[in-house]
Amino acid sequence: MDFENVLTLIQKELRDAFRNRWFLLYAAAFTGLSLALAWFSVSGAGSFGVAGFGRTTAGLINLILLIVPLMGLTLGAMSLAGEREKGTLIYLLAQPVSSGELLLGKFIGLALALTAALVIGFGLTGVLIVFLGNGGDFRIYLTLLVLSVILAIATLSMGFLISAAVKKAATAVGLALFLWLILVYFGDLGLMGTALVMQLDVEQLLAFALINPLQVFKIAAVLDLRDNLEVLGPAGIFAYRTYGGTLWPLLVGLLFAWVVVPFLIATQVFKKRGVL
Amino acid sequence: MNEMTMISDPTDQAIEVKSLTKQFGRFTAVDDLSFTVKTGEAVALWGANGAGKTTVVRCLLNLFPFEGEITINGLDTRQKSKEVRRQIGFVPQELSFHDDMTVAETLIFYARLKKVPDGFDFEPILNQVRLNHHVSKRVGELSGGLKQRLALAIALLSDPPILILDEPTASLDIRAREEFLVLLRTLKANGKTMIFSSHHLEEITALADRVLLLEGGRLVVDAPPDQLERRLGWETTLHLYMPDPVIEPAMETLSGLGMPVSRNGRGVRVNVAPGSKAKVLRALQQAGIEVEDFSVE
Repeated sequence: MDFENVLTLIQKELRDAFRNRWFLLYAAAFTGLSLALAWFSVSGAGSFGVAGFGRTTAGLINLILLIVPLMGLTLGAMSLAGEREKGTLIYLLAQPVSSGELLLGKFIGLALALTAALVIGFGLTGVLIVFLGNGGDFRIYLTLLVLSVILAIATLSMGFLISAAVKKAATAVGLALFLWLILVYFGDLGLMGTALVMQLDVEQLLAFALINPLQVFKIAAVLDLRDNLEVLGPAGIFAYRTYGGTLWPLLVGLLFAWVVVPFLIATQVFKKRGVL
Repeated sequence: MNEMTMISDPTDQAIEVKSLTKQFGRFTAVDDLSFTVKTGEAVALWGANGAGKTTVVRCLLNLFPFEGEITINGLDTRQKSKEVRRQIGFVPQELSFHDDMTVAETLIFYARLKKVPDGFDFEPILNQVRLNHHVSKRVGELSGGLKQRLALAIALLSDPPILILDEPTASLDIRAREEFLVLLRTLKANGKTMIFSSHHLEEITALADRVLLLEGGRLVVDAPPDQLERRLGWETTLHLYMPDPVIEPAMETLSGLGMPVSRNGRGVRVNVAPGSKAKVLRALQQAGIEVEDFSVE
């Protein structure tokens, strides 16, 4: 692995991302909505007695669950399939660059771009909270940022896998949007409906929740915010009682697995498929 | 010229392809193809669309899995893929650059991937391909001809000993094609080994030392361009223009020599074997028939 090549590709990917209107739109939407959320949270904080960062964090979890996976999945899906369709992929791989270097460079570049977008969104929101004179537990806010970045990269990795397997960018984005719907749907309504219809016991319900990275993120974020999972119902209480102190590393480990595993499969799919 | 080009021996095999087969599903794009290219030689892959030319080019660059063996300057393309590509400058058929980058940014990006040392002077290459007035333009603003020159500039960045060009003039108009061929001839004279695909015969005769004719992915003819017509058994049609009174005697003379001849407006049309055009003119001259003009079809 030639890391100079990887670095060159990372720089190019970062540059491309900040010229990608979809990326800019997502980043602007996320920043705008989180600023609005902070404004309303902090404005109403007086009557509820909740500090700015904690209250904003609670509100942000739902916003992140919708927007961040959408950003990661669609950007990942567009990356390889888009270049494959334009013909730039075949030209890049005709240079002294291995497919591993290309994939890693593109992946890290996009991951950094997503991280930058989230840091900007969280940063501006944090400044607004401080400016409004309503501080609170900044650590919780920072942890949510870190979890959001891992979720963004995990969904990017899933989008990347779609992109490695599909020829046309439009097909890849379509599949990514479908996957996003499934993940969001199974996050709440689907899971509740399935539990009712199939009469899942609490252990199965938790297992179903843990195979969805969005649910893993949500459980981890709520656990950090509340220090217990009562708000998530029986499955949450069961998880907390069963795993106790190991629940947090387990959740973070699962999120990291969602980063690594789809990317590794994507590299194999890409090698098998070739550049066409 | 770099060390690799300087030490090259004209008898060396720069490219060796053995039993190359490439299938896409049930479709066989290249079928048991074997050939070699000597160092400094220019070899054309010629054939109709779908003959397998582009697939051969992509296999040489190891862009997808294939059956058979390809060695480039002694290196197995599959095992030493990156080293092999370092020795190759590639000009693709479809000019696929990132349109929002400038010419300068594009050159720098590819120069870094090709390990061109920092402080490299791009000026000589830009002058060579006559792109020096376009460095600050966005690639998306360039014409097809200029993009082709940019692709050639990128291919030449690390002074590779081998150039692989896939339909290099396909998107060019006649003038741009002529200019590009002049550039390629200069590079050939400088000792570059070239393999290029084309379906333009005039391009092949202007540049190639040898032609590999592909049909349905198989090698049909491997010959120098001047022997191509003969090997393919082609006939050339000559149109001879002459005064009306001598048309009949001319037809008698030529049909007496066994040549298929017919009247054609203000002259005659005769089909001749490759390399026999002068024979027709000589026969008419000996019979005292004056030919005013002629054209070749």
